[in-house]
Formats: sequence, structure tokens, C-alpha cells
Amino acid sequence: MSLRKLFVALFLLAFAFCPLALAQSVRPPDNAVNQSAGERAGVSNTLGSNSQSDYWRNLRGGVRGTVSIPDKNAGVMVQSEGWHWMLVRNGPLKKYGGYALGGVVALLVIFFLLRGSIKVESGLSGVKVLRFGAIARFGHWLNAIAFVALALTGLSLLYGKSVLLPIMGPHAFAALSSGAKFIHNWGAYLFIIGIIWIFLAFVKKNLPAKEDIIWIAKAGGLLTKGVHPPARFFNFGEKFVFWSVVLCGTGVIITGLALLFPFQLDFIPGELPVHKMQFASLWHAILALYLIVVVIGHIYIGTVGIEGSLDGMKTGYVDRNWAREHHSLWLEQLESHSNQKKAAGELAE
Amino acid sequence: MARMKFLCDAERCIECNSCVTACKNEHEVPWGINRRRVVTLNDGEPGERSISVACMHCSDAPCMAVCPVDCFYQTSDGIVLHNKDLCIGCGYCFFACPFGAPQYPQSGNFGSRGKMDKCTFCAGGPEEDNSAAEFKKYGRNRIAEGKLPICAEMCSTKALLAGDGDIVSNIYRERIVGRGFGSGAWGWGRAYPAGTSG
Ligand code: SF4
Ligand code: SF4
Repeated sequence: MSLRKLFVALFLLAFAFCPLALAQSVRPPDNAVNQSAGERAGVSNTLGSNSQSDYWRNLRGGVRGTVSIPDKNAGVMVQSEGWHWMLVRNGPLKKYGGYALGGVVALLVIFFLLRGSIKVESGLSGVKVLRFGAIARFGHWLNAIAFVALALTGLSLLYGKSVLLPIMGPHAFAALSSGAKFIHNWGAYLFIIGIIWIFLAFVKKNLPAKEDIIWIAKAGGLLTKGVHPPARFFNFGEKFVFWSVVLCGTGVIITGLALLFPFQLDFIPGELPVHKMQFASLWHAILALYLIVVVIGHIYIGTVGIEGSLDGMKTGYVDRNWAREHHSLWLEQLESHSNQKKAAGELAE
Repeated sequence: MARMKFLCDAERCIECNSCVTACKNEHEVPWGINRRRVVTLNDGEPGERSISVACMHCSDAPCMAVCPVDCFYQTSDGIVLHNKDLCIGCGYCFFACPFGAPQYPQSGNFGSRGKMDKCTFCAGGPEEDNSAAEFKKYGRNRIAEGKLPICAEMCSTKALLAGDGDIVSNIYRERIVGRGFGSGAWGWGRAYPAGTSG
């Protein structure tokens, strides 16, 4: 045997996978190795002996493979968006949402300390004027109750883990949360009805008008005593609340419905259902947090902020002097109407 | 303490779905839920690869971070488990998980989710080890019996490895050295494409 042949034989013995040895015994021989080096890679590996880093890196970008299970979306091995969704939800959303909520409460406390409850300056007249009929009030309170229920249960989903869980313990908090989920999922329908209701009831009175500009310029008279910019049925502040609730409320409803029926309703952009849910849940929370901030202001103004405001929604009637100070144009119109009617009545007699 | 990990060797996986079947059988996983699945890339084309995927039991697990009722916990072996008694089926862990591991049985109307279900690394849940209650909710607790996950044990080509991360990566490293190709070096696929002098 030449030296060269001996070398080749040794080489094969040391490195090559030996099919003969396998054929003779089920157990691999002592000198067997996992796989042989060199040429074999080129044969078994159809991608060649090159780097596949691009191939694998693309998986992070959501490359879709095939699966034999029914859920074909499971063919996407990695959806890296989930990580970003989690970072936004646990990070900026929670943080800035918290700042906004804390901020509006702090502002209102400061406002209250400076301005107190804004009284009807000319005192209560005792004369009542009809402001909201029963249908309007019903719509408002339906929407209000649904909104508060949805807001509290939604907030507990976002902040409960940091605020309530440490106090309540895991089991009580989980029970509360599943109740909250139930209320949130079903209260949604009341809110949808409420939004449509208040839209139909109030939209005409909430169209922009030229008095709004003066009202904005004078900050609604909120900051200075004795200033009462003219306003029709609704002033700009009320219009702002109305359109916020109607527009953002619609956004919250659309994203909320997408989350309620995650695989059935398909109007949210996104490639995979899970991307749609991430998108919907973030916008749902952003719009809802904005609405909660606005509504906290609305509740303040309607209760402690301005004396006599709540009466309108409670009983339907407001004091004439309240109406004169806050909605002068409306009162004028109302009274000229009734004067006309009276005059017409007298003529007929 | 060992850090439990899964690794699927894409050069070995032949998409036989033994792992999927073994898992469903071992834990009596309900209809519609697959704790493990096999994804095939470039199916039927040169360069086809299959990988078996389930919960990877992430170190910094996004599901844990996002769960609003904090029902996840990580064992000292690094296994990510959850408590179905606390889960409210909100779906957030499914939104967050990169690997699509969390799944839900439909419970109730309007496609509302039931309690989340996912791979437990065959380690059950918070109930007493190997109790009937634990089996019903989470499946068998093989880890408590001193065994490794059934999917990896059943793998016909030993593509799917499960166990102590150090041992798993040692096995994989040996295989890679044995194969002796490309070794995943960055840029080689672009700079020296297959079919050229290599
Ligand atoms: S469920 Fe997903 S995110 Fe959570 S540990 Fe498993 S793979 Fe990681
Ligand atoms: S579905 Fe269950 S486990 Fe998942 S995040 Fe929601 S409560 Fe947590």
C-alpha cells in the first residue's frame, strides 16, 4: 500500500460516515461521529455551504411558512410586532395616560381653589326654564352610566395591576377583573346606543357658530369673574365635549367592536389578525384615555364647577338667571319665541 | 439550577408532526388548540426547512409583562407557567407573544375567549404536582416526574431538543461543528452565493 493510499484510508476512517458499519450493526460503532465534515454539507444542505443568516433573520420580519394545522396564520413563526405593542402599552401609553389623568385632576383642584364654584351672579330667580326634554336627558344618562362603567373597568385593566393588585391580592383582583371584563364587553352596547342617541338629540345645537370665537377668546368667562360671553343653546365648551365624545366615541366603538369580534369583523388595517388586535387595542386605549380626561372636566363643570348646571340634566329645567348668564342668546331666542306665541295667541283671541 | 430551553434543529426536522401529536395526546389538549406546531418554510422548494414551534419560555417574557392580572410566573428552571384560575382571557399575552404560543378555547358567545392555554414545558401549573386538577387544566407534569417534555422525547430525528439549556446548546454545537458549513457567518449569503467557488 502506498503512503498516499494509507493516508486516504486513515482520512476516511477518521472522518467519513461509514455505511458498511451501520449495515452490520444497529448500534453505531465507537468511532462514529454525528455527521461528517466537508463535502457532505454540500449534498444534504440544498442552500449550499453558505451563511443563512439572511434566511433566518427574515423570520423576525414575519415570513410566512405553511402549517398542517387548521389555523393557517400559525404559519407565521415570529411576529416581532408583539414586543413593540407590549413596550408601547406598558410604557408610553400607561405613563402618559397616567400623567394626563393626574394632570387634569390637579388642574381642576387648582382651578377650584382659585375660582371656587362659579355661582349664578345675579342670584337664583326662582323662575324655571325648560332646557332638556325627557328624551335628551335619558340619552345623556344612558351614555353617562355606560361611559363611567366602561371607563372604570377599562382603567382597571390598564392600571389595576400596579394600583389594585398589590392591595387586593391576586385572587380578589382576578375576580374583580373578570367581572370588569364582563361589564366592559356588555356595557359597550349601551354606550353604542347612547352615542347614537345623544348624536341625534344634540347634533343640531352643536354646529359651530360665530359666537364660539368670542367665547374662545374670552375663555368662556371661566377665568374672570363677571365675564359671560354670549352663547346659544350650547357654548363652545359644551360643543367641544360633544364632538370629542361623538368622534372619539365612534373611534372607541369601532376599535372596541374589532376587539370584541377579533376574527369576525375585519375593518382594521393589518396583515395578521393579531396585528389588527394590537392596532385596535392601542387606539382604543388612546382615544378612551383622551375621552376620560375630557369627561372628568365635563363632570367637574357640570357639578361643582358651575352652580345650577346639573339641574338642567337632572330635572330638565334651569334657573332663568343661570340661562341668562351662560346661554344669553338661547334665552333671548326662547323668550322672543314665546312672546311671539303669546302675541299670536292674544291676536287670535 | 438548570435553565430549561427548547431548540429545534432545522437541519433535522422532517415535519413529521410527532411532537404535535405527542403533545396533544399527553396533555389531552382540547380541539382547536395546538400547543406545538410545525412550520415549514419554502415548502416544496429547494432549501425547504421545518421548525417545530411552541412557547419558548422566554427569559424576559412579554406575555408576563403584559398580563393585566399578572397570572404568569417563571419557575426557577426558567419555565413560564400561568394560573388559569386568575386568567380572564383578555388575549393580551397572545397579542404580545412573538411565537403565537397562547391560545384560547372559545367559551361563550361572540368568540369570547376562555382561559388561555399554552405549552407548559410539560411542567403543569400551580396546582399540586400530578394532581387531577393540575392535569385537567394544564396536562401532565412530566418535569415533576423527572422527565423531559414529551415532544422532544418523541422527536423522530432528535431535531427538537428540550432540557437544560447548557446541554442542549452543547449538543447543537457538536452538530454544527460536525456539519462544518457556513456556520451562519454574517454576509456570506450575499457575498459568496451558493454555486460560486464558495
Ligand atoms: S407565551 Fe410567548 S412570550 Fe410567553 S414565554 Fe412563551 S413564547 Fe415567550
Ligand atoms: S389572556 Fe389570561 S394569561 Fe393572557 S394576558 Fe390575559 S389574563 Fe393574562
